[in-house]
Amino acid sequence: MVKKELLENFYTTMVKIRAFEMRIEEFSLKAEVPGFVHLYIGEEAIGTGVMANLTHADYIQSTHRGHGHCIAKGAQTDRMMAEIFGKKTGYCKGKGGSMHIADFSVGMLGANGIVGGGYTLATGAALAEKIKGTDTVSVVFFGDGASNRGTFHEAMNMAAAWKLPIVFVCENNEWASTTPYLTTTSVKDIADRAVGYGVPGTICDGNDVFEVYETAKEAIERARKGEGPSIVECKTYRIKGHFVGDPENYRTKEEVQKRFTENDPITRFEEKVLAEGLMTEKELEAIREAVEVEIEAAVAFAHESPYPDAEELYDDLYVDGGSAE
Amino acid sequence: MRKITFSEATREAMAEEMRKDDTIFVMGEDIARQGGIFGQFAGLPDEFGSERVRDTPITETAIVGAAIGASLAGMRPVADMHFADFLGVTMDEVFNQMAKIRYMFGGQTTVPMVIRAPDGLIRSAAAQHSQSIEAWFNNIPGIKVVAPSNAADAKGLLKAALRSDDPIIYFENKDLFSKKGEVPEDDDFIVPIGKAAVVKEGKDVTIVSYSIMMGIANKAAKKLEAEGYSVEVIDLRTLSPFDKDTVIESVKKTHRLLIAHEAVKVGGLGSEVAAVVAEEAIDYLDAPIVRVGAKFTPVPFSPTLEEAYRPKMEDIIDGVKGMF
Repeated sequence: MVKKELLENFYTTMVKIRAFEMRIEEFSLKAEVPGFVHLYIGEEAIGTGVMANLTHADYIQSTHRGHGHCIAKGAQTDRMMAEIFGKKTGYCKGKGGSMHIADFSVGMLGANGIVGGGYTLATGAALAEKIKGTDTVSVVFFGDGASNRGTFHEAMNMAAAWKLPIVFVCENNEWASTTPYLTTTSVKDIADRAVGYGVPGTICDGNDVFEVYETAKEAIERARKGEGPSIVECKTYRIKGHFVGDPENYRTKEEVQKRFTENDPITRFEEKVLAEGLMTEKELEAIREAVEVEIEAAVAFAHESPYPDAEELYDDLYVDGGSAE
Repeated sequence: MRKITFSEATREAMAEEMRKDDTIFVMGEDIARQGGIFGQFAGLPDEFGSERVRDTPITETAIVGAAIGASLAGMRPVADMHFADFLGVTMDEVFNQMAKIRYMFGGQTTVPMVIRAPDGLIRSAAAQHSQSIEAWFNNIPGIKVVAPSNAADAKGLLKAALRSDDPIIYFENKDLFSKKGEVPEDDDFIVPIGKAAVVKEGKDVTIVSYSIMMGIANKAAKKLEAEGYSVEVIDLRTLSPFDKDTVIESVKKTHRLLIAHEAVKVGGLGSEVAAVVAEEAIDYLDAPIVRVGAKFTPVPFSPTLEEAYRPKMEDIIDGVKGMF
């Protein structure tokens, strides 16, 4: 039996990510949000379930599809929204944008615009904690597409050889950008690759927050106890295009709709908790309303915030001064 | 003052700073058991243990990436590249991650790490173990690049790098490791990053150089002095961002400029120094700027070809004489 607090955490986080992403999609389509955004819709259960096992002392490395990780790790939606709008009140003062949000105060060490760019960084954060002798854990998120990067191998080997406190969480959403992963990947299950590093590789239903939570818990506890890394592969499906505005001419609307209708992680959560009497419709409704208020406030904050001044261009380039110009 | 080798000077810098700051650790290939190819890590594992002086897998991408990650988690890592050429294996980590993390995350973090990169020609090591690639990094905002030319600077610049909160690439020339020089024993001796040194004052021409080429530039200056030229010699020491004030001030005095480095001349650091002087002090010049650097080929293997590739003292002397 999962505790009530955890149920509320699951639902709040998933609904918050969904609401956040829906608004971002809307503003991106209207070109109010500059640049490219990659949405986490349909994959909310993974970040939510994994992060419920972490504290702010633990680290995560996220991806270009990282808004959900950021929210689940505990970042504020108003500063995230402002960053995605390019405003100076954003987490990165408007220097990063959607693909480069970080909140170091909650252990979110950054989204990464380079697919497969986070593995070695997360491995280094785990190494630092091992040297310091803490029980902090590092988690790196990656997709099926990123699993084919060479960085995956180098980081896995180093983490396994040194028994570092890290968990490699694969979000297998079946699409490597616009290419079906099975046409370009040597294995169906990314977790199979764990064998090559002598570490556990576990597969779970990435659209079932309960299963993600339990599977990640085992891997994270293992890492925390100093028993080394493992791979957790969460099977899911990318509901939206690779980026907002993607014409998606590589798959049919029917396929996407079918996968979403059958397997929406939020609907599945609602059905389960109501059927099993774990939460009431009234409780769910209250959470949805609170989230709606928060996201609307985040949108207002982003809209009202100023853009950075041109004079801020050079800020934070070097700590100890210096300029080539 | 006592004399020690360039290699010993780097080791002394590491040991002194590691004693004071337990967040500093170093990792790389063959550094703990072997002590580094140039002996530059010998003895460090005995004092600091295998956690802080770590042999890594052959995995340059992960070495630099893990150093970045560790720096985000509060450490001051040193990543040894074995040979500077292997930085090519880890360029995404260097220029998309290390250089950008502080800036693109709005200053939320620092990335206090040092990449040590032994570079330059040595005994026919050929195309993939001989390069001087510092100019690549000159084009990347967010990184600082230093290159000592002698044992004292090797110590002082490395200590400054280990104390800096900016990510730094420390190019150490392979042929310099065995060269001895006077090195201060003072624990607080540092060479400030960003400051060039006027190693010899002169009136007629400025020679700007760094790293291994400094020794050759100094010899060339002596010969030229004997022939009646008054030569000012500047050791850049920090290559990016370089100390343009010192260079421009010198050119305003001497009215002539030659830049010499072992790296390929085309697109080399000399091109940037020349461009800056052309932009900001062209009216002071009495002759065209001369660049001396290696030929535009990969580094060849055969000793005769390597010699043909290498920039020489005569190139500097001829270059200076051609200005008068």
